Formats: sequence, C-alpha cells, structure tokens
Amino acid sequence: MEICGNNTFLHSDGCCTGCEFVYNEPLNYCVGNAALKYRNKPGFRLGVGVLSEPLLTVERLFCERDDRILFDNLSFDVKQGEVVQIEGQNGSGKTTLLRILSGLSRNFEGDIYWKGDHISDVAEDFRLSLLYFGHQPGVKAILTPEENLNWYAAMHPSIDQQRIFDALEQVGLKGYEDVPCHMLSAGQNRRVSLARLYLSNARLWILDEPFTAIDKRGVAEKEALIARHAEQGGSVILTTHHELNMGDRVRRINLDKLAGTS
Amino acid sequence: MSEMLTKEPVRTGEQSIGGLFLAVLKRDLLLSYRCRSDLVNPLIFFLMVATLFPLGVSPEPDFLAQVAPGVVWVAALLATLLSMDSVFRSDYEDGTLEQTLLSPQPLFVVVLGKITAHWMLTGLPLALLAPLLGVMLFLPEGGMGGLMLSLLLGTPTLSLVGAIGAALTVGLRKGGVLISLLVLPLYIPVLIFGTSAVQAAVTGLPLDGYIALLGAMLALGIGLAPLAVGAALRISVSG
Repeated sequence: MEICGNNTFLHSDGCCTGCEFVYNEPLNYCVGNAALKYRNKPGFRLGVGVLSEPLLTVERLFCERDDRILFDNLSFDVKQGEVVQIEGQNGSGKTTLLRILSGLSRNFEGDIYWKGDHISDVAEDFRLSLLYFGHQPGVKAILTPEENLNWYAAMHPSIDQQRIFDALEQVGLKGYEDVPCHMLSAGQNRRVSLARLYLSNARLWILDEPFTAIDKRGVAEKEALIARHAEQGGSVILTTHHELNMGDRVRRINLDKLAGTS
Repeated sequence: MSEMLTKEPVRTGEQSIGGLFLAVLKRDLLLSYRCRSDLVNPLIFFLMVATLFPLGVSPEPDFLAQVAPGVVWVAALLATLLSMDSVFRSDYEDGTLEQTLLSPQPLFVVVLGKITAHWMLTGLPLALLAPLLGVMLFLPEGGMGGLMLSLLLGTPTLSLVGAIGAALTVGLRKGGVLISLLVLPLYIPVLIFGTSAVQAAVTGLPLDGYIALLGAMLALGIGLAPLAVGAALRISVSG
C-alpha cells in the first residue's frame, strides 16, 4: 500500500484532487478532507483510513443548569473507530452532554459539527447515522419485544426488518418474542432496548449507561459488540460506571476536571 | 477491512410516507386496544353529561330540544379535552418520544398519525354516539344529520388543536389543567360554528356555510397543527 502525501495529487479517475492522502490499493479508496467532499460520487467509497477526519466535532460547548456551570469551553472530536468514555461524578453533566450531542437538548452554547458540516444543516443525515440509547429504554410495557423492535425499525428506514429475530436471539430473548414487556424483568427490558445495537446500521452510537441492570455475561457481550463496532469504523460515545476492558481503544473525557470549579 | 460502516447508512426497505403514517396509526390503535379501560373513559363522560343534564335542569321536551345542540357539543368538547393529556404522556415517560424525535422520519407524518389515532378513538365514537344523545335530549329529527356532520368535521379539529396543548405540557408533572387553559380559547370558534350548524339544521335553514367553515378550520388544522406539535415536542423533550 502506497500513501501519497502530496496535497495536489490527482488520482487517475479524477476523484481525489486535493486529497491529503491517497491509498493506491485498493483503488477508489480515498482519505483526507477531500475524500469527504467526494463521498457522494458514484463508485467512490470512503477508505477505512479516514481516521484523520473526525465524525463529530464539538467546539466551545457551554452548558449551564440551575445557575451552575456544567461545562465551559468544552472542545473535543470523535474520530471514526474511536470509543469515547465520558467520565464524571453523579450530576457532573454526563447525561446532559450526551443529550446535547444527540440533538435532544438545545440548552447550550457552542457548535457541533457532523463530518465537517454544522449539525443543524445536516440534521437528517445525522439522525440516519445515530443510535441513541438513553436513560429511559424506550420500550413500551404493553407491547411485546418483537412489536417494540418493529416500531423501532419503522422509525429507522435503514434497518432491515429481517434481523429483528436474530437481534432478539443475540440478547438472549429467544422465546420471549410474544411476551408483553411488563411481564419481563428490568434487565430483560434493558435487553429489548439493547437489541437495537444489533439491528442498527448507525455509525455513531451514543450510549448513556448501557450496562445498567445487565448481568456480567451480558456486559461482556455488549463490550465485545462495542469493540467490534469501533473496529468496523463506527464511533461510540458512552457513559458508564463500569470498568471497560478495551485497552487503549477507549479515550476518556473527564467532566469533573473540565468544570474545574465544581 | 470494514464491511458495512464505511458506506453511508441509506434508506433501505422502501417505506413511503403513507406506510409510515399507517405504521404509526396501527401502533397507536394497538396500544389503545391493549388498555381498553382508557378508551371508554371519554365515552362514559359524554353519556353521563347527557343523562344528568335533564335531571339537573328540566326534563321538559321543549326546553331540552332547544338546548340539545349546545349540550351535545359542549359534552363532546369536554370529553375530547379530558382525553387530550394522555396523547404523548406515556411516550414521554418511557422514552419512546425521544427515539421518535431522533429518528430520521418526518415528524409531521408521525404526529399526524398519532392525532388521527386519537381522533379515531375519541372524536369518531363521539360523533357516532351523538344521535343517541340527540334522541335522549329530544333533538328534532331534522337536526340529526347536521349534528353528526358537524361533529365529524369538528372533532378532528379539536384533536389537532388539543394535541398542541398536550405537546407543550407533556414535560410538566401536572399538565392537565394547563392544557385546558391553553386550548379552550381555541376551541370556542369550533364550538360556535358546530352548534350553529346544528341549530340551522333544526330550523331547516341551509347549513352549508357553517359546514364549510368547519371544514376550513379542519384543513387549516391538518396543515399547521402537526408542525406546531412537532416544535412543541422538541421543546418539551429538550427541557
């Protein structure tokens, strides 16, 4: 594999003018800023090497709640293949930050960019690429696990409906497809919601305490799933009080230190 | 080499706007079917008002016939208002609403589907039940058609406008009272033209004008209310 560092390199098929780097092998895989610009060209595929280009960029984020500054001047970016763990004490603003990043909360100042474009300009593309797992599992108690996932699939047109049964089997709910969720345990309800991780084609996962009420084996499986997602070029932002066994893949952002005064 | 994530997530499974609308409608009807007790609540209220009214005021047929259009319409309006609080409440509490707002699907269609489901379970049964109440209140036979028609056109508007109030107050612990305050002033035009349509039908006057106005309000509601509801939901969830 040859890497060209020439900024004005012109690829033979013309797709890569101005690329920072170009992979010659396999053909049509481009990286760098210009690669993103050409991503809509037919036959053009983004290379895995796009690690240099952040998926999500956060600039000078400021959030205040009840006269208390949660974070000020918070800037970071999330690259492809990265797992970012947001740390902090209870009440330090972890959930608030995740809600801001996902687009649910608008009580903030600062800018968020999705693949270089301002998030408000590419809202639909962003939502198509986002999987958000919040405090509330988003599971209807009077529907069955299968009906719940059917609904989720209806709301997310990129999901293949065929995969629902596989996903339920993966989270250990085989045989419970037709049991109303209010008859299941709290952990099983979380599992119904986590089954979305197996369904989703989303690139960016924002997970708020995904391991709550999940047993040890389940946690290990979910960790493996998160690691696999990152290996495939996806990104994960999560909060958890659980020790992640993913080595140096995980980048940590501590809100306590950032807040300084709190 | 990455397999699936290097390509952009695309919309697979060709799902049209109509398909989405039907999916929302089906789900909400199924949810209501699973808790049927909530379903009969507005209907029982509607029936009770019409039954108790003659007992409380006067059982004179002449008097009742005169007030029947107003009583039926007010009862229908209050029954709709009573059921409004629950439209987004359970979705908000279990986090389904967050997921809906974060989905790439057009919120307008989802909201319109939810409101349609709400109307099918409150306004539509009320309109179908109205002739029975009309008979109980000695409404002249000529007014029945006008009563049903005005209710069929008027109750969807009530659901649409009420949903705006429900969406604005869904984030509050006790939103019920606030909904009434927000929404009742907007219900008044519907009530006025609804009862006028019935009275015109009773006296044998043409009711085209009133029906046209009710239809215009409904058209306006369908076009604009889901936008307002969507914006209100985003504010409520953001807070």
